[in-house]
Amino acid sequence: MARITAGVTTSHVPAIAAAIDLGKQAQPYWQPIFQGFEASKQWMAAHKPDVAILIYNDHASAFDASIFPTFAIGCADEFLPADEGWGRRPVPVVKGHPDMACHIAQKMILDEFDMTVVNQMDVDHGLTVPLNLLFGDLKPEDEWPCRVIPFPINVVQYPPPTGKRCYNMGQALRRAIESYPVDLKVVVFGTGGMSHQLQGTRAGLINREWDTRFLDGLTQDPLALTRMPHAEYVREAGSEGIELVMWLAMRGALNDDVREVRRFYHVPCSNTALGHIILENV
Amino acid sequence: MAEAPPPSTYLDEFEDIPGTLIFNTYRSRQGFRLNQFCMSLMKDANRQAFRANEAQYLKQWNMTPAQVEAVLRRDWTGMMREGGNIYFLSKLFSTDGHSFQHVAAIMTGSTQEEYARMMLEGGRSPKGNRSKKHPEL
Repeated sequence: MARITAGVTTSHVPAIAAAIDLGKQAQPYWQPIFQGFEASKQWMAAHKPDVAILIYNDHASAFDASIFPTFAIGCADEFLPADEGWGRRPVPVVKGHPDMACHIAQKMILDEFDMTVVNQMDVDHGLTVPLNLLFGDLKPEDEWPCRVIPFPINVVQYPPPTGKRCYNMGQALRRAIESYPVDLKVVVFGTGGMSHQLQGTRAGLINREWDTRFLDGLTQDPLALTRMPHAEYVREAGSEGIELVMWLAMRGALNDDVREVRRFYHVPCSNTALGHIILENV
Repeated sequence: MAEAPPPSTYLDEFEDIPGTLIFNTYRSRQGFRLNQFCMSLMKDANRQAFRANEAQYLKQWNMTPAQVEAVLRRDWTGMMREGGNIYFLSKLFSTDGHSFQHVAAIMTGSTQEEYARMMLEGGRSPKGNRSKKHPEL
């Protein structure tokens, strides 16, 4: 049977994609950011998952304004990096796991989580930046070291799903993964956040104290975090800080008891407080 | 055109947050054509056609005059008021060769340099920016 061994959260700031693609990793602004992921990359290289389920949000790339699926799952063989206005990113094509993804979709729908099944889509920085941060700067001719099942959640159009709904969805995702009859090691990513606001006169909002409480709560009391209303995310962590509900989706897929093995927090990364954590099931 | 939203405690809570426009289902209706125009810029051929003659390119999208005007003037706040969403608008400013930080600085009324410095110094404090009714928070 497939099993979840760990959860990874990380911000997925598009400027990180630009920094990698333009070779700016050693510049003073970027060096501490990439340095902050070095130990995590080593952890990932040693951990060797077979499959990454990558929870992220599509930033108006695969889904245009005609449709905003709340929970979706990518069931295709492969996913191309999206052209977000400056051409496709020079990173490897993302290889999916269609058999497992179809199994998960079926199980979750019958478990009363009504997934949108996506048989073709491009994946934007929300998915490729976390892969870069944990697997390194791979080029188009390389291969990502594991299969990736993209799992987009709507956080662009309000209301996004509640934190509690995301957490419960993570629990259903776990049941679906654990019923897949192949022995595979699975890591679940929850991405986005932390505090940031990209729009309006309040753009640039950063709330280190609140972010720290969220990072602590993820291990210690995730159920308390699931009770937080959307307005609190926006008030305390900015309009795009709402992406943090996706971290709770990851958390729902893990054991009640987890061990935090990595944490990194850095301000600023472009407009954003960058946060990253690795939790292992105990 | 979307009608005014009905009274909603959910939406009202966001209205109390200063300097923030929440892209809800009503704004999504309002900005549909503007946002779809932005999406078209994900194709290089469309970017070239847009650059060659912006006003002409915009005609096919049936946008409101206010939306067209805001696009032509690169009035980012105006586009947001007309139902634009920042992730859709990012296709337009990427086409122009600009970053999220460039546009965020403009929307806050500061230069990109000032804005970048604020971010380096830890970002905008939530203090005083939490509530219109309670600016002391």
